[in-house]
Amino acid sequence: MGRTWTLIRRRLLQAIPVILIVSIGIFGLLELAGGDAVDAYLAVTGGGDPAFAERLRQQWGLDAGLWVRFLAYVESLVTLDFGWSVVMSKPVSVAILERLPNTALMMGAAIAFSACLGTLLGGIAALRKGTAADAGITVGALVLNAMPSFWIGLIAIVVFAVKLAWFPLGGIASFDRPDLAIGRVLDVAWHLVLPVTVLGLAYMALYVRLMRSAMIETAASDWVRAARARGLPRLRIVRRHMARPALLPVVTMLGLQAGNLLGGSVVVETVFAIPGLGSLAYDAVSQRDLPLIAGILLVGTLMVIVVNLLVDITYARLDPRVTDDRVRAGGA
Amino acid sequence: MATEFSLSRRHLLLSGTAITAATLLGRQRLAGAQPARDGGTLIAAADTEPRNLNPAIVASNGVFYVASKVIEPLAEMDYETGLRPLLAIDWQGSDDGLTFTVQLRPNVTWHDGTPFTSADVAFSAMEVWKPLQNLGRVVFRNLESVDTPDDGTAVFNFSEPTPPQLIENAMPALTSVIPKHLYEGTDIAENPHNQDLVGTGPFRFGEHRPGEFYRLHRNEDYWAETLPYLDEIVFRVFPDRGAIAAGLETGDIQVSAFSAVPLVELERMAAIDGVSVIPGGYEGITYQITLEINHRRPELADPRVRQAIRQALDPSFIVDTVFLGYATAATGPVPQTATDFYTDDVQMYETDTDAAEALLDEAGYPRGDDGNRFSLRLRPAPWFAQTRATGDYVRQALRGIGIDVEIVSADPAGHINAVYTEHDFDLAVGSPVYRNDPAISTTILFQGGLPAGVPFANQYGYDNPQMNEIISSASETIDTAERVGLYNDFQRLASEDLPIINLVEFTFITVARDDVQNIANNPRWATSSWADTWISD
Repeated sequence: MGRTWTLIRRRLLQAIPVILIVSIGIFGLLELAGGDAVDAYLAVTGGGDPAFAERLRQQWGLDAGLWVRFLAYVESLVTLDFGWSVVMSKPVSVAILERLPNTALMMGAAIAFSACLGTLLGGIAALRKGTAADAGITVGALVLNAMPSFWIGLIAIVVFAVKLAWFPLGGIASFDRPDLAIGRVLDVAWHLVLPVTVLGLAYMALYVRLMRSAMIETAASDWVRAARARGLPRLRIVRRHMARPALLPVVTMLGLQAGNLLGGSVVVETVFAIPGLGSLAYDAVSQRDLPLIAGILLVGTLMVIVVNLLVDITYARLDPRVTDDRVRAGGA
Repeated sequence: MATEFSLSRRHLLLSGTAITAATLLGRQRLAGAQPARDGGTLIAAADTEPRNLNPAIVASNGVFYVASKVIEPLAEMDYETGLRPLLAIDWQGSDDGLTFTVQLRPNVTWHDGTPFTSADVAFSAMEVWKPLQNLGRVVFRNLESVDTPDDGTAVFNFSEPTPPQLIENAMPALTSVIPKHLYEGTDIAENPHNQDLVGTGPFRFGEHRPGEFYRLHRNEDYWAETLPYLDEIVFRVFPDRGAIAAGLETGDIQVSAFSAVPLVELERMAAIDGVSVIPGGYEGITYQITLEINHRRPELADPRVRQAIRQALDPSFIVDTVFLGYATAATGPVPQTATDFYTDDVQMYETDTDAAEALLDEAGYPRGDDGNRFSLRLRPAPWFAQTRATGDYVRQALRGIGIDVEIVSADPAGHINAVYTEHDFDLAVGSPVYRNDPAISTTILFQGGLPAGVPFANQYGYDNPQMNEIISSASETIDTAERVGLYNDFQRLASEDLPIINLVEFTFITVARDDVQNIANNPRWATSSWADTWISD
């Protein structure tokens, strides 16, 4: 238990310079892009007389100089008090907490889906190396990976929501919520089938490739040869001696992917009208809502840290050789 | 195609009903064949969720789309009568232009049961429209007080003569009335009722699930006793346009307004059984595509160069190629849909590249060895596909007369800042809205002497005393005919001076399921109350 806490503390400390660099970068980029929250607001509403924009800037605290605004931004990051989002007209924490469960649910399901299916298919491809099944799986996964996910999403909508009408067109839930809790869960699950499948299929290729090459590598290893020589059953060799060590890079990839899926979900969230963190981040940037950006940045970083912690813990369980992550860094 | 798609009110009147114009692409819709039916939920597509949904503070289409069903203005635009009374039943301006008296509808209650009175109108005008509203700050700037001699009368007192015609024209968009008893003594700009609306309209505000939907319920106590017909309106948030088209096909969405379905999709949508494409119902909010010009560039300060640029451009190309026919060529800053102000007695320009090149030679900008006369940076406004595409067209057309154009892109905030505050542009493609009277948001594009930082205004460095004089005298001319005359002069001078170039004008398109009735039956239909909208069997 003590080891886990050391790990958590170290990960959090490592995150501080990352957050600092990223947040300064975002602030700088937005300054370069020009325009502030009032400009973004006026672009939508139009109109106004000479004093109108000025009054709004005072109200929203945007009339201060560059350094004052930057310090306020850093302060909100350091104190974890993000204050008021002018774009959403509500506290930043509320705006984020409204969206976080949707993204976490969709992202978690998509990672699980792509990793499970990808690993399975990659394993099958490795065992059937050089056959038509191998080629089919590898090429199929690559093709899915190469297609833009918004396009797969739209095709999925046309086929499964419009033509076949099996799944809803979009949204996270029906607007008439079912009365029973189980009904509400099923309703959300039904709404998530298409977006999760689309996200998952796009990322599956990575796991297929990783698992396939790792399995081929372990198949040629001495310990597998030794296991064969000992006359162990084939299934046991595949599961314990080939698949288990081959899973290590897959688990590492899971951690790396956590950040990607958050970013990649903006497009899928838009196509399927799912109110998630990705589209909130897009709005925050295009509306120049710095407090909201700071909040999302921090939550996003925390999510990635948490996922990576889980990965580290899983790693230690999968590979008994890993007793601390210095070994892992060298061995993986 | 372009000429068929006429937007004028006169055309719509001549053709009998707005629906006739609506069948350009759709099949003949069932209209008037059966009596209106009560009940049903209308599901409309929405693509934005405004941070402030209060139409008294934010007079914008995105807000009106949802809020106009809950909160009503004094009067609404109407194809037959021009103005249809809502909360006001009669109004009269004084001869000196210093007072404007409004008789209010009796027996109207707010959704919380409190009676609606002239005090609400006075409060809305003095505390909201004049000091806080984006458009009201311009139109009501000389409003000094509002007297309430009795519950049913509001008398607007102006410090300077204010044309009654302007107040009338401003009524549909600028006079949403909010309840005094819920706003008085609070921070109006951040009052929670700016989201949780309370109004007098045909629908009560139900709930808003961020990123999902707004839900409105029928107001059983609406002052028009037989209305509304619908039980509910749900505005579903669909950020993706392709998904909106798919939703109309499946019936998950029954109405999509403001050209939410891309123009290229319209032909396909019109061919779908049960779906119609309806181009009417937006004449009161006509947009234009303009080429904004920075007169701080010495080349562009020369009127001959601006004329040459105009002659190099072909508005009908933009109509046909960029708008696929859903637009008309513009002749000046007042669109043809504004029948009371529009004049075609202005300087007209033909597309003539030879004449354009001759003008540029004469102005002292011959082609150099590389064929270029000079280079310009063009910023197309990023908010419509058509503003961006027009930017590409302008670049191509100007290259033909030896002007090299570099396109500079930014997102909306960056664009507003660069053009209207920093003046960091040579040309820009803009899309100003004509809002029923030139004084509301059109003359400000030509008026000189504005400070930097006023968006959608003359930030072009253009300052012509004659133009300023016309604008200022029209703003205080009480006599309607005389006022219209001044705005005709305004259009003439704009066409001769060409401080900016008005290229084409367009209104939006509605796509709807065929069972939705009474669509596009007024010139601000998408932003009106939908009290008479109903769903047939």
